Amino acid sequence: MNSHSKFFFGVFVVAAIFGSLPFLIHSEYFFFAAYSVLQFVILATAWNILGGYAGYVNFGSAAFFAIGAYATVAGFKLQFPQGANIVFGTFMAGLIGLGMGYLTLRLKGVFFSIATLALSVVLLTIVTNTPFLGGARGVYVIVPRESPIGVGQYIHWLYFLILGMAIFSVVVARVIEHSSLGRGLMAIRDDELAAEGLGVPTLKLKLIATTISGALMGLAGTTFPYLITYMEPTATFNLSFAVNSIAMPIVGGLGSWIGPVIGALLLGSIQQVASVTLSSTWNLLIVGGVLVFFVTLAPNGIMGIFKKK
Amino acid sequence: MDISLDLLFNAIVSGVLLGGFYAAMSLGISISFGMLDIVNIAHPVMIILGAYLTWWLNESFGFDPILSAVVMAPFFFVLGFIIYRIYYDRFEKNAGGDSLRGLAFFFGVLFIVEMILILLFGVDYRNVNTGYTDVSLKLGFVSLPYRLLIPCVLSVGLLLLIREIFRRTYFGRAVSAVAQDPLALQLMGVNPVKVKGYAFGLSLMIAGFSGAMLMIIQSVQPAAGRDYIGLVFAVCVLGGMGNLMGTLFAAMILGIAESMTSTFAGPSWAPAVSFGLLLLTLAFRPQGIFGK
Repeated sequence: MNSHSKFFFGVFVVAAIFGSLPFLIHSEYFFFAAYSVLQFVILATAWNILGGYAGYVNFGSAAFFAIGAYATVAGFKLQFPQGANIVFGTFMAGLIGLGMGYLTLRLKGVFFSIATLALSVVLLTIVTNTPFLGGARGVYVIVPRESPIGVGQYIHWLYFLILGMAIFSVVVARVIEHSSLGRGLMAIRDDELAAEGLGVPTLKLKLIATTISGALMGLAGTTFPYLITYMEPTATFNLSFAVNSIAMPIVGGLGSWIGPVIGALLLGSIQQVASVTLSSTWNLLIVGGVLVFFVTLAPNGIMGIFKKK
Repeated sequence: MDISLDLLFNAIVSGVLLGGFYAAMSLGISISFGMLDIVNIAHPVMIILGAYLTWWLNESFGFDPILSAVVMAPFFFVLGFIIYRIYYDRFEKNAGGDSLRGLAFFFGVLFIVEMILILLFGVDYRNVNTGYTDVSLKLGFVSLPYRLLIPCVLSVGLLLLIREIFRRTYFGRAVSAVAQDPLALQLMGVNPVKVKGYAFGLSLMIAGFSGAMLMIIQSVQPAAGRDYIGLVFAVCVLGGMGNLMGTLFAAMILGIAESMTSTFAGPSWAPAVSFGLLLLTLAFRPQGIFGK
């Protein structure tokens, strides 16, 4: 078996295992926790496409996530079906990613990072001032009690959705990694000037990566309103999304599709335990601490430690 | 017409006062990011740390915020020196220009400081009351509240002082030199790492000072720093990297723009102003308004 068929066989096995969980586990809480971890798999994988492959730091994961979520709210209010909302939210996040990239990616990478850092603040301001999206008070998204596919409850349906999205994101990341786009991005990361000199269309590749990365972050947000059913700006623009989607790929190992998956499963599960036993403040303190620890002492993440042995 | 003119004038005045304070907030970034090329995105949270220490010093010992700014200075200087040593050891030394990990490092520091503040003090707003908090200086129909006037005057004074230090002292010239060519500086027998460490310590010292001033102006909660991230970088880029007078003017422009937005479009729109200005600057004039 070559590496490609191995990968897709592995994806199939993982999908089968995770997909059968609703038939085996009855605790509803488990699926809320699993949803949250899988949501982080998407965010971390999406972040890695630009951050890990090309070396451009995006601090605005929360903003892109919120674009997906609020596009869904808009679609919900206009009575679009759920499938249309998912596509719409993903598209909008990708579009804003493209716009941000177009304005800032021609400069030194750090300007892009700073701009993404402030993006959350401005989008938060816009949502807070837009009554249609619930404004500061928030908005309710009514969901049915039953799963639309007839099996289990609505949370099971959401779980299937986010599982599918997570697998989709990982497949996209791996396809990019093994394509000329991925190789171009890695050339940019190693030495942008040299890559440019050798004829790599750096700006174009960066824009494509930013768009895909932003779109996938938006995708992760599109089912969020259905999960929490009450959308409120500060919960949606939560910076925990931003810090987690940076910490997870760094903890797992940058530059390969498996790193963010490992990081997200690990850090995501730790936080699920911590949020029950401690508090969300401790949660973020742990993530921040782990991020600083890895970045200073184990810069190649868990995969890096693994490979050395 | 008369009322709106009055409103406009007052908006400009409070914008200038606010702008003076913004200059102090951005001055630290102008040094660390503009001169030393260290993208310290944790700078705003250090300002909040300064504000909380100011509050704590006032609560425990009854210190005035201005006194606290002086008392805290050595602490922030040492903190900055230590942070720079870690940053240098881990990210700068290997000359790979590993900016990604450096950025992630400061992002992590931002969260650690913020969460520790929440764990220690909770998420409530804290404020310090002084004798001049609710008093205003009346000049005709313009009123200058002391809680804005004092931070503005002190901030602008500090900026001018630091500018003179950079222009006239050996240390200041060394910092300017390290910004331009660290290798040449090393060949002249000066240790650039030490110079950068001191300069970064200075930038955090200014963050502490800004925190004390912030406490005079308004009440503060741990996450308040996030609102200023866009602002300080917007001012730094708009004024031209490392250009201190440019920083002062850019801060005034931003202060006026924010104050006008608050007055005429509502305070809830104000946070978007600095970001909009930052994005426009990056898109159309990345060298800043005073750059060549």
